Amino acid sequence: MAKRVLMKGNIAIGEGAIKANCKAYFGYPITPQNDLTAHMSKRMVELDRVFIQSESEIAAINMVFGAALTGARAMTSSSSPGISLKQEGISYMAGCELPGVILNVQRGGPGLGNISGAQGDYFQATRGGGHGDYRTLVLAPDSVQEMYDLVQEAFDLADKYRNPVVILIDGVLGQMMEPVDLEHDVKKYKLPPKDWILDGCKTREPRSIQSLYMKEGALEEHNWKLHEKYKKMKQDIKCETQHVDDAEIVLVAFGISARVCKSAMQLARKEGIKVGLIRPITLFPFPEEEILKATEHVKKFLVVEMNLGQMVEDVKLIINSKADVHFYGRPGGGLSSQEEIVNEISRIL
Amino acid sequence: MSRITIDKEKCKGCGLCVLACPKNLIVMSDEFNKKGYHPASFSSGEDCTGCGFCFQVCPDVVIEVFK
Amino acid sequence: MKKILFKTEALKDTVMSYCPGCGHGVIHRLVAETIDELGIREKTIGIAPVGCAVFAYDYWNFDVTEAAHGRPPAVATGIKRVLPDRVVFTYQGDGDLIAIGTAETIHAANRGENITVIFVNNCVYGMTGGQMAPTTLIGQKTTTTPFGRDEKIAGYPIRVCELLSSLGGVTYLERVAVTDAKNIIKAKRAIKKAFQVQLDKKGFSLVEVLSSCPTDWGLNPQEAIEYIEKNMIPYFPLGVVKDKS
Repeated sequence: MAKRVLMKGNIAIGEGAIKANCKAYFGYPITPQNDLTAHMSKRMVELDRVFIQSESEIAAINMVFGAALTGARAMTSSSSPGISLKQEGISYMAGCELPGVILNVQRGGPGLGNISGAQGDYFQATRGGGHGDYRTLVLAPDSVQEMYDLVQEAFDLADKYRNPVVILIDGVLGQMMEPVDLEHDVKKYKLPPKDWILDGCKTREPRSIQSLYMKEGALEEHNWKLHEKYKKMKQDIKCETQHVDDAEIVLVAFGISARVCKSAMQLARKEGIKVGLIRPITLFPFPEEEILKATEHVKKFLVVEMNLGQMVEDVKLIINSKADVHFYGRPGGGLSSQEEIVNEISRIL
Repeated sequence: MSRITIDKEKCKGCGLCVLACPKNLIVMSDEFNKKGYHPASFSSGEDCTGCGFCFQVCPDVVIEVFK
Repeated sequence: MKKILFKTEALKDTVMSYCPGCGHGVIHRLVAETIDELGIREKTIGIAPVGCAVFAYDYWNFDVTEAAHGRPPAVATGIKRVLPDRVVFTYQGDGDLIAIGTAETIHAANRGENITVIFVNNCVYGMTGGQMAPTTLIGQKTTTTPFGRDEKIAGYPIRVCELLSSLGGVTYLERVAVTDAKNIIKAKRAIKKAFQVQLDKKGFSLVEVLSSCPTDWGLNPQEAIEYIEKNMIPYFPLGVVKDKS
């Protein structure tokens, strides 16, 4: 009998991380992700792994930095304002090519905002929210099972590319409960040896890991090396498409918005409106081919987000006026209903 | 009797060893090293006791002490 | 005749970038000698700050990383918790440790992290050209206190050892000064004691080292040493502030 357990999204991420042999978790209280920190404070200690409630989100990301230096799998979780505080640390991890997993359970913003789900951190996550030319691989699950699975892949991808990986969900996904198959098979990746770690120079020459490159042209060269890595990430693009082949209009949405769009799609299809859906799962690297392919026969796209329009810019960049790109957004913690989406579809068609 | 050596090219001419030597056996030389500093130089009298005070204060560890 | 004093193995031959007479070079040597004498070079991981000592990984002959400004204690925590049998120490300046990194310092200390902190107090931000630091003395001129530090607008110099001494997790705190051979030898003893506290797994240790910055103080190396003796030591008294080991 498959081991299926009813579980909150936040908790599924914790259990998936534990299954992926996450050795160290560093957290700080912020709604709506607190239950994960509490969960890890019990489970990680029971498993004799590292758990610290740090003094700030800044300290937490730098603890991840430290643990990652030794080759240990480490993660931190927070919600929007806390993720903003971690941006410098994430930039340092990217510069030092350190793996690590950062969960953002997004909430309404800007500022203190509110504690309901939102998707206003898309730019921050996909453009590298800190200073400098860097990117993080960004995964956006839309179900509790997928959260459980993708956090495991996130640790592999972080090690594969020696880069921080962001998991982007929101308060709704984090707090909702769905059954999870704990034995669900998850994609495994071929991982390079960790021959770069700092663990004391006993059997080797001393090493240093830093992101400071003061020699003439050294940082430029380093940036181009990082650039190659970010391009290579395209081989691990993930995207779900439904009913695009016969669609007259295609919805483009991620995370919880995609769940709403799936319902809207069924409602609209019952009324004979051929609606399709493209759901980017990796937000960086962005699934360009799937969208380009759709433009061959689809002339209308509707991007649905819980923000003022962020992913829509990436969609427009790709479609590049080969088709109309419309947008329907509810910012500040607003969650659109399927009916709203169906009305929007009818308005466009 | 003891003595010291000073790596003239690495010395930055800070002069702290001159002050530290209880027997005043170190002076700043008039020549320049490659970096344009006046390096310290050891006037090897018999009085050096190998106390190592010069070594202790040297920020660039350019002195070696023999005893 | 035997060579009795020479550069220790844990210190590379690279010429250090520090200004003539700067205390960093001496302190780097003391840390390196301590590590060699304790026989721990091959299991030590050092964390360099953002500041003049950011290049420490070019000078120390063991594993070193470089943390974001103010974050070495958090990075050290991450390393030490995952590799408890390695020796982990941070090397930080006054801006790094008690300006931007205050929270990391206090909380690593309060958690009793089994790490050692070498805190170099030279009253200014050296690398960036001599701005006021949290330990700049009242009346001391810097590029950001051109009329001398005025406590009414810029507050008071912070005595870090005394500040941390009330924290339960702190085991060993001592303030030393690298001014003359006698004090430098004492400083090394304190640094060795701090590392020994870590080796004995007895909790958090920190050594505050009063150090000169001739260039940014606008003094020659000798005058800078006198400045420490006449002005810094009276405000930052030397000695063991806490020893629970």
